[in-house]
Amino acid sequence: MAMTQVPQSLNFELSDDLKLLKSSLREFVEKELWPIAEQVEETDEIPRGAIDKMREMGLFGLPFSEEYGGAGIGELGYCVALEELGRASAAFTNLLGAHCSIGAMAMHIDGSKELKDRFMPALCAGDKLACFALSEPGAGSDAANISTSARRDGDAYSLNGVKHFITSGDVADYASVFAVTDPKLGARGGITAFWVDLNTPGVTRGPKDRKMGLFGSHTCELIFQDAKVPAENIIGKVGFGFLTAMKTLDMGRLSLGAGCVGSAAFMLEKSIAYAKERVQFGKPIAAKQAVQFMLADMATEIYAGRNMVYHGAWKADSGERFSMEAAMVKRYCSDMAIHVVDRALQIHGGSGFMKETGIERAYRDARILAIYEGTNEIQRMIIAEELLK
Amino acid sequence: MKIVVAVKQVPDTNAEKTFDPQTKRLNRSAIENVLNPFDEYAIEEALRCKETLGGDTTVTILTMAPQRGVDVVRKALGMGADNAAMISDDAIGGSDTMATAYLLALALKHIGFDLVLCGTQSTDATNGIVPAAIAEHLRVPALTYAKKLEIKASAVEIQREVETGYARVGSQLPAVVSVTKGINEPRYPTLKGIMGAKKKEITMLTLADIGADLARIGEAGAKTQVESFTPVGARARGEVFVASDPKEGARKILDFLIAKKAI
Repeated sequence: MAMTQVPQSLNFELSDDLKLLKSSLREFVEKELWPIAEQVEETDEIPRGAIDKMREMGLFGLPFSEEYGGAGIGELGYCVALEELGRASAAFTNLLGAHCSIGAMAMHIDGSKELKDRFMPALCAGDKLACFALSEPGAGSDAANISTSARRDGDAYSLNGVKHFITSGDVADYASVFAVTDPKLGARGGITAFWVDLNTPGVTRGPKDRKMGLFGSHTCELIFQDAKVPAENIIGKVGFGFLTAMKTLDMGRLSLGAGCVGSAAFMLEKSIAYAKERVQFGKPIAAKQAVQFMLADMATEIYAGRNMVYHGAWKADSGERFSMEAAMVKRYCSDMAIHVVDRALQIHGGSGFMKETGIERAYRDARILAIYEGTNEIQRMIIAEELLK
Repeated sequence: MKIVVAVKQVPDTNAEKTFDPQTKRLNRSAIENVLNPFDEYAIEEALRCKETLGGDTTVTILTMAPQRGVDVVRKALGMGADNAAMISDDAIGGSDTMATAYLLALALKHIGFDLVLCGTQSTDATNGIVPAAIAEHLRVPALTYAKKLEIKASAVEIQREVETGYARVGSQLPAVVSVTKGINEPRYPTLKGIMGAKKKEITMLTLADIGADLARIGEAGAKTQVESFTPVGARARGEVFVASDPKEGARKILDFLIAKKAI
């Protein structure tokens, strides 16, 4: 075959700096995060020292531009990083995801230069933490139906309402809060995004929610009672908040998919190692076709997911619209990660059900992936809407 | 002050290694190469010296490797080194330890230095000769196995690790110092460091640039020769003692250790 005749229009090779980023993060995860995974699970806390190390590494500024102290690695770089971090326990990716992917991202996308100059450097350095407050008890998937209100009061806005299931709500210094400025207009012009200092009088943090998994990462309610937010803290323009929320979530969905790919790849590696070592009926179980097929399916699904993530990220970095791809990535990769960890548990058998292997933790941690940052049903609606418009 | 750190790319310590039966050389292309773990301590120490000394102190990475060795250079630059120089030439293949030291010394003369830092050894060949051999070629003092290093004006003082403790050794600069594993905790390349690394200069040096005598390098110039190689056999199964009570068991182990002259 005349291979040289084939025009080369696609290049799947990561750039040298992204390769280095990938290997450095792999080493960081193995040396710094793996050893404390069980401790994080048992104590439901990430030790301060680990957060400091993540900060030194520059992880809190991962997706942000260099002018504000971020790493300036673009969406592809961010996805490559999240893929590696996905190999660590979900507590770490959730802390970073709430901060980078959505919390501070909303401001990074639509905030004014003044707002970014004021807040981004400390956020990129990890000296301050951000969270994202959109969901309410009465508005989950139906995010346009939020009822938290923001009433103009001189140079400020007065916020009232309750946000719930807010990841890192207990520890964050700031939140991107979405509130109704004009109830008549609803999502089309009636919702505004605010950058809120969570130590403002009138802001209360609820108790930690009791969850199925994701120990070490906390969610809670944020309660606003006449909390005054200066008008200059509006992210973007009055009435454009819902759009800001949607754009932010588009970005978050790609990196969430990347985390799914990383965690699934790690589960596959563990399953391969276990299948080679576990002897039943006089042979390693890897010799059984039943196990081989499970491994083959896992690998195939991971391959599909990874390529979707990279392609979506490439689109984002090229400045093209990628809403549909982001929704596809979120939908597919989360379902894939849940399926892969289920198969990993099956291969590990009884051992997988025990705490020691870390598989049962991954199994519990995976389930949320199909729910948060837009349920997979909402993702399907987004995809269908794009297809039919 | 100009600090130069000599580093090497080595096959990943965890990788399975094979040898080419014809050339009797390690199949390097088949395995992932990494920055020699011992060299990370030298880089870290150089960066710490720079942080302490401040001013116009620079850290240069020097390596001799095929083109793809640039990966380890990038890692070192990502950790914070200022720039790098790399000697790369097909004629270098087959060079032994002495030729390596000769070439590194020539390159050092070419780029200039006040202090050269090295790891104690590489994880692949484990000879541990290069640091002292470089110093010999350069006619400067070699201070080896430093577990602590301090620069005072134009002199360097180290705590040299010895079996019973440490010896304090010092010399004027320029000098070559090899540092041990315990000297520090190497940093990771930070994300900003990695992204910044691509803007840093990597100077490519040819054998002509540094004025190398071709007769002294490669297979022809090698003073040592690999005659043959044998894979390490699987370790024999250990002896198992079965005892009904702890006393009897202890006795058996004791007898075994005495027989082996271990105690």
